[in-house]
Amino acid sequence: MAKITFITSENESITVESNSGSVMELAVQHNVKGIDGDCGGVCSCATCHVHVAPEHFEKVGEASEIEKDMLELDDNVSDYSRLCCQMEVSEALDGAVFHVAK
Amino acid sequence: MKKSEFPDPFKEARESKGFGEMDDQNDPVTMLLRLKDVRKSAHNWKTFQSGATPGRIVVPSEVNIRDTRQIPFEVDPPLHGDYRSLVEPWFKRPLDPAYQGKLCKIINDIVDEVLEKDTIEVVSEFSLKLQSRALTLLLNIPYEESETWINWGTHVFRSDDSALDGDKASILYDYIDDQIEKAIENPGEDLYSMLLASEVNGKKLTKEEIKGVMILTFAGGRDTVINAVTNSISYFAEHPESLRRLQAEPEIRGKAVEELIRYFAPLTHMGRVVTEDTTVCEHAIKNDSRISLCWASANRDEKVFENPNEVVLDRKINPHISFGFSHHNCLGATHARQIMNILLATLAEKVKSIDILEAEENIEEWGEFRRKVGFEQIKVKFNAN
Ligand code: FES
Repeated sequence: MAKITFITSENESITVESNSGSVMELAVQHNVKGIDGDCGGVCSCATCHVHVAPEHFEKVGEASEIEKDMLELDDNVSDYSRLCCQMEVSEALDGAVFHVAK
Repeated sequence: MKKSEFPDPFKEARESKGFGEMDDQNDPVTMLLRLKDVRKSAHNWKTFQSGATPGRIVVPSEVNIRDTRQIPFEVDPPLHGDYRSLVEPWFKRPLDPAYQGKLCKIINDIVDEVLEKDTIEVVSEFSLKLQSRALTLLLNIPYEESETWINWGTHVFRSDDSALDGDKASILYDYIDDQIEKAIENPGEDLYSMLLASEVNGKKLTKEEIKGVMILTFAGGRDTVINAVTNSISYFAEHPESLRRLQAEPEIRGKAVEELIRYFAPLTHMGRVVTEDTTVCEHAIKNDSRISLCWASANRDEKVFENPNEVVLDRKINPHISFGFSHHNCLGATHARQIMNILLATLAEKVKSIDILEAEENIEEWGEFRRKVGFEQIKVKFNAN
């Protein structure tokens, strides 16, 4: 089980637990505001943009080239930006904190 | 060649120089063909403007047939964002289970209807009806209204038939004017009434602004949805194994929808007006000329997509731009995605196979490029599961 925390742009904090699926799916299931997941997770809509808390960035690792290209043009991108449909939930993500970009 | 094969006419130009050129009613267009260039330019609204003379960013240009500005499509930030945030929640209603239930009924009924018949012509007897009926949900108006739009035929918004353009467009414009007047007299729960009751930046929307939103709603989702639906039927006719796969693995449906939309790219391109001398792919583009963002070419960019010319039903990474990109991405995408998703589920459940009896391709001509975008007509027989 991984415990994952989302913090919305209105500073609401939502902590959920899961052991499978993508982080985007998890956020959508729990109605995390600002994570729409319009494309269903194929890296085409960028409506699942989050900033990973810097101290947890190692847990999730770098974005792929295609994901970086998507993020490059998204509003308020940072060094810690990821598309959360491109991160699989696993033990490795336990304790991770994601700030919703929108 | 299979009927459901949609070749990529842009490959050579995309690889060798990255752009194409075409003349459009003496207002030339530089077509951008590579995914990265298209995305970057779509994002750069200051240099590549949408808020130009109404109709000019559309290719072919509609400058000669309309004055009404389509909203929020022909407006730039920051005002664009004010309009967009007003209409966005309305256009996200398809995420609501009750909406989906109604859409499901519409699609189930029409599939049942065609399963009863010997043969049907998909464009006019399936896709047009489905699109029109589904649109009643998006506008939140009575189902019967779809009969009017079905009677208009598939071509009412088309603009490549130049002699008739103005007449055709005015059918829609007069209709929308009437509907706005009716909603003023009798406000209800429909999109017209919602717009009439709304304000942007502290001001009530004018009739002209409301008309601009409504024209966009009608025109943006007409031939695009009709092509996506028709072309998907042709694909399943020639790939019955894909129907069986969707039946066995419903979880890949979302990916299949994105992939069909990538492959078919129902809207070939959309223009922008250049506001300063600039360059794309080392090609000089002059101030006040036009570029187009060629979604169809970008979606086959081999630098990004593996096997770009194949339908890979469960493609996992699929950064297609069939719904556009950045600020102006398709407002109707949520509705379109739901239509496609429910259509795939319904076909997988009810249809065993589809036989194509006769088909006539719809080929667009853009300068040196000839692109198949769909079918003029395609007769098929649906066989029940
Ligand atoms: S859900 Fe569309 S890019 Fe992540």
